[in-house]
Amino acid sequence: MPYTYGTERDEQEMLEAIGIDGVEDLLRQVPAEMRLARPLDLPPAMGELELTQHLQSLSQQNTSAQQAVCFLGGGSYDHFIPAVVDALASRGEFYTSYTPYQPEVSQGNLQVMFEYQTLICQLTGLDVSNASLYDGGSSVAEAALMSLSITRRHGKVIVPSTVHPEYRRILETYLASTDTELVTVAATNGRVAPADIAAVIDEGTASVILQHPNFFGCLEQVEEIAEIAHANGSLLVMAFDPISLGRLKSPGELGADIAVAEGQCLGSPMAFGGPYLGIMACKEEFVRRMPGRIAGETVDRRGQRCWVLTLQTREQHIRREKATSNICTNQGLFALRASIYLSVLGPHGLREVADLCLQKSHFAAELIGQSSRCELAWSDPFFKEFVVRDTRGQVDELLAEARHDGLLAGVALGRWYPDLEDCFLVSVTEQRTREELERLGSCLSANNNQEVCHA
Amino acid sequence: MRNTEAGAPLFELSREGRRAARLPKLDIPGAPIEDLIPTEALATAPPPLPELSEPHIVRHFTNLSTLNMSVDTHFYPLGSCTMKYNSKRNERLASLPGLLHLHPYQPDETIQGLLKLLYDLQEMLGEISGLPAVSLQPAAGAQGELTALMIAVAHFQSLGENRTKVLVPDSAHGTNPASARVAGLDAVTVKSDAAGSVDVADLESKLDDTVAVFMITNPNTLGLFDQRVTEIADRVHRKGGLIYLDGANMNAILGIARPGDFGADMMHFNPHKTFSGPHGGGGPGAGPICVTDKLCAYLPVPVISCDEESYNLSYDQPNSIGQVRSFFGNVGVLIRAYAYLRTHGPDGLRRASETALLNANYLLSRVKHILNVPHGDRCMHEFVASAGKLKKDRGVTAMDVAKRLLDFGYHAPTVYFPLTVPEAMMIEPTETESKETLDNFAQALFRITEEPADLLRDAPHSTLISRPDEVQAARKPILRWQPTATLNQSK
Repeated sequence: MPYTYGTERDEQEMLEAIGIDGVEDLLRQVPAEMRLARPLDLPPAMGELELTQHLQSLSQQNTSAQQAVCFLGGGSYDHFIPAVVDALASRGEFYTSYTPYQPEVSQGNLQVMFEYQTLICQLTGLDVSNASLYDGGSSVAEAALMSLSITRRHGKVIVPSTVHPEYRRILETYLASTDTELVTVAATNGRVAPADIAAVIDEGTASVILQHPNFFGCLEQVEEIAEIAHANGSLLVMAFDPISLGRLKSPGELGADIAVAEGQCLGSPMAFGGPYLGIMACKEEFVRRMPGRIAGETVDRRGQRCWVLTLQTREQHIRREKATSNICTNQGLFALRASIYLSVLGPHGLREVADLCLQKSHFAAELIGQSSRCELAWSDPFFKEFVVRDTRGQVDELLAEARHDGLLAGVALGRWYPDLEDCFLVSVTEQRTREELERLGSCLSANNNQEVCHA
Repeated sequence: MRNTEAGAPLFELSREGRRAARLPKLDIPGAPIEDLIPTEALATAPPPLPELSEPHIVRHFTNLSTLNMSVDTHFYPLGSCTMKYNSKRNERLASLPGLLHLHPYQPDETIQGLLKLLYDLQEMLGEISGLPAVSLQPAAGAQGELTALMIAVAHFQSLGENRTKVLVPDSAHGTNPASARVAGLDAVTVKSDAAGSVDVADLESKLDDTVAVFMITNPNTLGLFDQRVTEIADRVHRKGGLIYLDGANMNAILGIARPGDFGADMMHFNPHKTFSGPHGGGGPGAGPICVTDKLCAYLPVPVISCDEESYNLSYDQPNSIGQVRSFFGNVGVLIRAYAYLRTHGPDGLRRASETALLNANYLLSRVKHILNVPHGDRCMHEFVASAGKLKKDRGVTAMDVAKRLLDFGYHAPTVYFPLTVPEAMMIEPTETESKETLDNFAQALFRITEEPADLLRDAPHSTLISRPDEVQAARKPILRWQPTATLNQSK
């Protein structure tokens, strides 16, 4: 074994104390006919050096966002991560601890959870936050289930087609086991028309789920849709981009009852999709319907301020099948990263990051819009992402050409939206320099050929 | 030596005008914000986040970290959680730039190395479990359970069968019945017999053609291998049901027995436990699932396909249940699992499980002289002791003993679980502890049982705080920091 403490002498003494001759005697607890009679067919063990070389070789077969310029978005973004985040989150006392079931020896984690919840409330303008869920997509599904339980309505959940297609697929998967119908409302251009929501909402509707800025980067008319939902007794669930809140009105201000988000943009690496964290906040009155762990402040027997896991009667280890959800973890380490990130940025840093994304994405959009090959798909206001149409309808070729020039230029939309087969999504973070934006612009322009692209 | 100033809540450290980040100046011509975003969408001020400097932040979080027990600092015999050593090499390897800075929508040809790694991990999990069809997508064990139950529902729908029930042993983790409910199924509890195994007569009485799945944890939460698991599986299969194995305790049987061989149709792994995660203060984990070939078509998308030349992600799976989380899964956790498996190889994995059994049985041989261990002299990777007698004789509870262990520098075992044992203390030492650690732990446990009840009821004594008032926390929830509403100030 690669790293264990036992010596042969220890093992002998232990066997004697147990009163057996060898470890095989312990294996007899497994009936012989169920025991595996051969070694597992797995590759042989590797030392650290070999393993490092092996993984380096695998990693070199990938093109990372440090090698290519990344304009990919759609829920995972190439934002800058300050060194402080990695330095603190890689402390073993954080990442090798477990769920704070013993508060006396987990005050660090519990206080971090409490601070995280506070930061999320400050960010969202809502009253309460849990200590995080798995990711943005499953948080949307949890919010939908939560809305069924709060409203006791089981007829419909309404979702426009401008919500992330994977989030909608997850919703569909989760709602398949309920009687609730997932009603998808098609967008007109880059966003959904409030009237189209009003046309399908009814007294069986538990919630309307919006994403703002939406999957295409466009701003929805959230307040208007919130009014429609509330007038109908339905909840408004809003998926948001945490970075956008440096500049945009918060979910609380816009009238959301439950706000959810993919928290990756707050200091977590893209890591091919995870681990991330799912953010969820809601109005105070819904807290006992909220899934996931929650930390709360209290006092200990000596009257000192301290923190514990609380409202646990919502959770599966107490309530079993009557729990608000089957979730029994939070993404503690990634909630920590988000807390450190927000602490480093503060209100002004977050605004600056938001403004950089906003300005740079608009600059890029303008450059692309000037080209005679590509155009912006629509003119709705957007935050840091926008949809580009290739007038030649050869998105795959165009993106492949850009790739040759070292640009991951966008996410093709045809996979999810057959009518947008000629479109792709471009995302611009604060990390993109003017030179990179200009390269993107020239690479996507009409008369470009390989020479120009490589220039 | 604690720095109480730095450890105060972040918000109390905030001072207007402090900064820790300077962003670059705009290197392009900017436009007035109102020209880009409609005024009604703009916030009047940025969110009221704390204003801090970098040294404050570093001191704050570093000090907080020292208030945790962790595997890096302490013995952590938390039953059912497999708190084994987390090798540093895995941290570094998972952070290689070519693995860490990959966007989930990069084209397949730019991620061939990663897809190979993930594909090979699937193959390894298939071999270890004896269940060849694998999905790495679920984000945690509980989500793996849910995904598998959704697969069962899809399977029975395709057969035209309306099965609505999930049978769950009374000793099971709470996630089992909770997952059943989220999957739209009714959880029905099956009793344990006196030996802690599934009560087959009770199972038989509840087994009919409305049962979709029997969820079994084997080794079970008492740390016992259910001798009749194959017979149980046969009974369930005869009625057309499926067997789900909760893989929480796989650390006991790696290379020793395979769930697919003893009757399971579906299972999840907890890589954060079995393959040394780490646990991250409660997450992230991952919950990859393995199923039989006949259930393969229902696995969530995307799936990795492999031909002679390349690896590709496929979303076109008409019978798939769909998707349970966004993107591919908790890839960072999966890379660590891969590194763990490649570090150990087939012999090392088996040896790890054997040593986990040796350590648990050795500790059991010591603890049984101190506390009642109601389920016998042998266990797999963990065992459950009971403080029932202490409570009866002296009013000392499992919680009192657990809290006092903290004073001796040990994390407490899992207490009050499983629900079937009174004053339960579930102890899992794992294979990465030495004999002297186990000896010293047993010694501490012995000393504690000799201590006065009053001392124990107030334990721990040496920790920063002791016995927080959880009732008050739940009754008057304070779930965020507010300038005027902190407890100290309101007193």
